[in-house]
Amino acid sequence: MSKVFIAFQRNEDTRPIIEAVLADNPHAEAIESPAMVKIDAEGSLVIKRESIEELIGRSFDLQELQMSLITISGHLDEDDDQFKLSWLN
Amino acid sequence: MDMHATKKKLGIKEKYAHMTRGLDWETSYQPMDKVFPQATFEGIKIHDWDKWEDPFRLTMDSYWKYQAEKERKLYAVLDAFAQNNGHLGLTDARYLNAIKLFLTGISPLEYVAHRGFAAAGRNFPGVGPRVACLMQSVDEMRHAQTQIHALSNYNKHYDGFHDFKHMLERVWYLSVPKSFFDDAFSAGPFEYMIAIGFSFEYVLTNLLFVPFMSGAAYNGDMATVTFGFSAQSDEARHMTLGLECIKFMLEQDPDNLPIVQKWIDKWAWRGVRVLTLVAMMMDYMLPKRVMSWKEAWEIYFEQNGGALFADLARYGITMPECLKQCSIDKEHIGHQAWATFYQYGGAAAFHTWMPSDDEMDWLSAKYPNTFDKYYRARFTHWRDEAEKGNRFYSNTLPMLCQVCQIPMLFTEPDDPTTICYRESDYDGEKYHTCSDGCKHIFDNEPQKYIQAWLPVHQIYQGNCFPEGTDPTVEGFDPLAKVLEWYHFDNGHDNLDFEGSRDQANFAAWRGMATKNT
Ligand SMILES: [Fe+2]
Ligand SMILES: [Fe+2]
Repeated sequence: MSKVFIAFQRNEDTRPIIEAVLADNPHAEAIESPAMVKIDAEGSLVIKRESIEELIGRSFDLQELQMSLITISGHLDEDDDQFKLSWLN
Repeated sequence: MDMHATKKKLGIKEKYAHMTRGLDWETSYQPMDKVFPQATFEGIKIHDWDKWEDPFRLTMDSYWKYQAEKERKLYAVLDAFAQNNGHLGLTDARYLNAIKLFLTGISPLEYVAHRGFAAAGRNFPGVGPRVACLMQSVDEMRHAQTQIHALSNYNKHYDGFHDFKHMLERVWYLSVPKSFFDDAFSAGPFEYMIAIGFSFEYVLTNLLFVPFMSGAAYNGDMATVTFGFSAQSDEARHMTLGLECIKFMLEQDPDNLPIVQKWIDKWAWRGVRVLTLVAMMMDYMLPKRVMSWKEAWEIYFEQNGGALFADLARYGITMPECLKQCSIDKEHIGHQAWATFYQYGGAAAFHTWMPSDDEMDWLSAKYPNTFDKYYRARFTHWRDEAEKGNRFYSNTLPMLCQVCQIPMLFTEPDDPTTICYRESDYDGEKYHTCSDGCKHIFDNEPQKYIQAWLPVHQIYQGNCFPEGTDPTVEGFDPLAKVLEWYHFDNGHDNLDFEGSRDQANFAAWRGMATKNT
């Protein structure tokens, strides 16, 4: 299985997002570098709207991720509830 | 009792479907193939444009909302950076040279990308890709503008930032990135999408933006990090478009596979060659380094690109043959490029220098197989000579590769002590290329590449002097005249960092910022 990844700018908006992603994807690993955090995960990675909303205490639109996204790897599938990256092989 | 009958909002899938499925029409005054004249000549067969799906499912209202928010954040940072003399917080004034190269070599390409995606969007008969290309085209315009705005602050204080557009169209090393985009833009819309959307954005852009922007953060350049990450936040969408495009072409018709494979092979190599400039920036031009070029290549190409090609194998796509050479090249190209710019430092609009002992130790640690063995002695010699007052500048002009337009500086894959030359004959003339990859590209489309505007050839033909220059006068100095034609401020923009006006000003201003005298 190959790794997918997603990288975010490191700021106050992404802190709870990263926390939620790591909690929802126990197989994922966060790698920090100056001003950014890259999250690698074997096979696939899911970002859930509800988990982020629980942490920030307001409703969250997954398209807000676009504000601080740096890069992704893998096939993306996004709907109103989740943002999923995966390799199909 | 108050009853709230809130209308249920559409989900993003439905909104996207409405925008990309319901708004198009078949033309009646003109036949469709006249309205979309570029849709078929490349040989790509599309049977059902509705099979196109944008995984981000971004609609225009959200697009404008999020992009406006990104701009507000970016300009707040740029203002703060300028108001607080942010440039004095840089690690070292040598860093500025990396962003001079960025402004002159990369930002103008954002503008060309804007034009390229506008043209591709215009030429696709399907609404899905047309909308995606439209958004990317607007993004690329934004990237060009924000980069120019951000870097214009540096133009107030330092040399080499003053005339990037004029330089792009003339200067020898800037023809490398310029010709790369011109090559893509002059292809058909499908090839353009494989060239820029897939090969560049998906496979290679991480190597440019991620380590470089992180490097800018490390070196205290808040303005560059901010525009870099702001541009990069659009990049995830661009990468997705590139990947979607290739899947779409491959799923539409089995006849598309060999055409797409040929384009991937070509554009992967074209892109890799352009990134030589980035290798050099990462290993030599950032005073504080985040990672070496080799490490960046391993993470973003070998692992990530490996995963991608493993995934595309189900369509019959294979990893381009030429990329195998990159696992050898990754240990050499940064050093070879920097050695070349050091020697031609008289003809570059940024400063060059030899690394300090500490930096050489870093390079040996990062390149244990090559740095000490092939480069350290030469670099130490140049540095010693410079200290004695004999800074070496080459006064000849290098031969350029007919395809990538990089000087012939690369070595044979199996012998790092021999420069690699390849030769092709076409129509009674000889053409030279830097590698098997570039030779292969030339041999496939000689009619295209014989038209290349090669700066060195042009100089020798006398086409690169200011109007009215008389090369026959006593004491004619061709290099000085070329630099004048480039709009270089000879003696300030070029030459060694040691002794430069940037070096002196930065030291003086930083002194003023920290002391009361
Ligand atoms: Fe861009
Ligand atoms: Fe080449």
